[in-house]
Amino acid sequence: MKVHEYQGRELLAKAGVPVPAGAVIMSANDAASTYEKVVAEAGLGQNGLAVVKAQVHAGGRGKAGFVKLVRSAAEAKEAAEYMLSNRMVSAQTGPEGLDVNTLLIAAGVDIAKEYYLAITTDRATRRNVLIASSEGGVEIEQVAHDNPDAIVKEPVHPLMGLQPCQARRVAFKLGFNGKQVNQAVAIMLKLSALYASRDCSLAEINPLIVTPPTDEHPDGQVLAIDAKFNFDDNALFRQKDVQAMFDPSEENANELKASEFGLSYIQLDGDIGCLVNGAGLAMSTMDIIKHEGGEPANFLDVGGSATEEAVTEGFRIILADEAVKGILVNIFGGIMRCDVIAQAVVNAAKSIGFQVPLVVRLEGTNVEAGKRILEEARSSLPTMQAADDLGDAARKMVAAVQAGVA
Amino acid sequence: MSVLVHADTKVICQGITGSFGAMHTKGCLHYGTQLVGGVTPGKGGQKDDNGLPIFNTVQEAVDATGADATMIFVPPPFAGDAILEAAYAGIHTIVAITEGVPVADMLRVRAALDEMNASRPDDDQLTLIGPNCPGIITPGPKTGDGESASDSYTSAGCKIGIMPGYINRHRSETKSGKAVGIVSRSGTLTYEAVWQTSSLDLAQSTCIGIGGDPVRGLSHTDCLRLFQNDPDTDAILMIGEIGGTDEEEAAAWASAHVTKPVAAFIAGRTAPPGKRMGHAGAIISGGQGTADAKIEALQAAGIEVAETPADMGRAMARAMGIG
Repeated sequence: MKVHEYQGRELLAKAGVPVPAGAVIMSANDAASTYEKVVAEAGLGQNGLAVVKAQVHAGGRGKAGFVKLVRSAAEAKEAAEYMLSNRMVSAQTGPEGLDVNTLLIAAGVDIAKEYYLAITTDRATRRNVLIASSEGGVEIEQVAHDNPDAIVKEPVHPLMGLQPCQARRVAFKLGFNGKQVNQAVAIMLKLSALYASRDCSLAEINPLIVTPPTDEHPDGQVLAIDAKFNFDDNALFRQKDVQAMFDPSEENANELKASEFGLSYIQLDGDIGCLVNGAGLAMSTMDIIKHEGGEPANFLDVGGSATEEAVTEGFRIILADEAVKGILVNIFGGIMRCDVIAQAVVNAAKSIGFQVPLVVRLEGTNVEAGKRILEEARSSLPTMQAADDLGDAARKMVAAVQAGVA
Repeated sequence: MSVLVHADTKVICQGITGSFGAMHTKGCLHYGTQLVGGVTPGKGGQKDDNGLPIFNTVQEAVDATGADATMIFVPPPFAGDAILEAAYAGIHTIVAITEGVPVADMLRVRAALDEMNASRPDDDQLTLIGPNCPGIITPGPKTGDGESASDSYTSAGCKIGIMPGYINRHRSETKSGKAVGIVSRSGTLTYEAVWQTSSLDLAQSTCIGIGGDPVRGLSHTDCLRLFQNDPDTDAILMIGEIGGTDEEEAAAWASAHVTKPVAAFIAGRTAPPGKRMGHAGAIISGGQGTADAKIEALQAAGIEVAETPADMGRAMARAMGIG
């Protein structure tokens, strides 16, 4: 599960990681007063620098014009009006773009140097790992590609957690000096504790910055500017606060609906819907459709047991995608018998009233009885074909869809 | 011989009174597994539907039954604890079926298991399979209908978990006389592979579903090692999927150590990056863990890679020179 930047900032602030003053608005009418409040809180005075940022999970906000620097209440209002009344289109949103409902107005800060700091779980070593870089403010993947030596990694012991000596090592290696060192160390330790206590799968501060020296802070201040958090879905049952941050408007409506029924569904760009039991088999079914020259419209795992309710709901969700021109059902009946599944498919197809071609491939326990049920239902389901094996199913499906298109 | 489990393996079920635990306890009994009891805290002293004794703790179950393997069906919040309870009681083969265990729990459990194993001799290691897996099966020849415990499907096999047992073939039931060891991260794709190899007159020595979670017990490499050292395994079929680098590591190990024929399939060639494809472990991030990278590593190691999921059995046969 992902959360918005402003929610990430709140998590950091609660954990004691310093972040610049900021506040959230959902209406452009609040922009001017919120700007005044934020710059006052940051001690910036008249015409202080602030930044207005659209709160969406998709990246590419800056290039899309949805991150704007402002120096007055009027500019803040203008930026807010634009962002809340236009759809944001970036490389990550697709051409249709997405609605922006929430904006963060944060105090601007002068930056002397940018760093990168994150914690994630490294499955290969089965450790959480602290990742830091002296090249902040850019994508860490880019740094890893261009200058891998600039990245420092420190494994976190699963029972001990990150130790101060490890954080100090990283801080010195990154080039923090003077009073910055202890500030950076404290942030690393707090971020690591936050990661563990909230069941994160990614906790990223990018950039982590040092402000220029002032009389009050001769070595500058270390601050978190942008925060990105992902959470382990398996652990949400014990993270009620995190779950409360869930924003359904960021999710695909069909994917959300599917999850309510315990189905795992992901919408894709193609026109062949797939309904499969088991995640690995579902992925493989997409692969073989593509291999035979078709384009899968979705990933859908109805679960190992594939009950009639699950199959019916699966059909509804697939057909809610208007691009779908055919559906391939691929079920391996293990514990669940093929005759039961065949009956479920037939009942579901009848109750929904199918127009598009349907290819059903069943294998496993009681497969002969299952095929008989499909055969007997053919008169009432004229668009249905049975397939002998996975390859046959994919070929029949692709042919049926292409014939329909042509 | 076989890998990890065999006809004499005594098995308990942790979570035997839950609906899934009860259902698959029956399934394993009907297959012919030596299921000797179960554990549900607070229900010790009772018996389940099959007349099996229920214990409050794993240690009590082990002391009373001599069990050396367990299948875990307890709900996700308690699954990590159940794995540790089995390990502390000295159970050698721990099969965690439960789906949805928090990653942080598995990090701690794996660290604790690794620490326990570090102080145990090489031939006395504790093995975790899963979580989020279909289990393990060493098939035996069909001797009954599998409709009840007294008419079990086989008298010489062992199934732990939720796999359909009857699709497997024992070596004695094939003309080829060849048995394949199968290791897979996916449940239904494992059944597909078993079905395809059985259809091509190949038997299975042992099938291991290692599970779809990012942090788990046995890896592909661990299973390659087990199968390479198992005299009953003639060839190895490895089924991987996107995410992580387990398959790449297995490919490297295979090219250095495996002398038996190996075939492989990788699911998820068409999966979009950044999306979790059902399994928590099946996610491509930062260009790592792609199907193409895995396939390239496998082919570089001389492994026969199935082009499509319909081709897994034939790829195995080709690798064995009988295709």
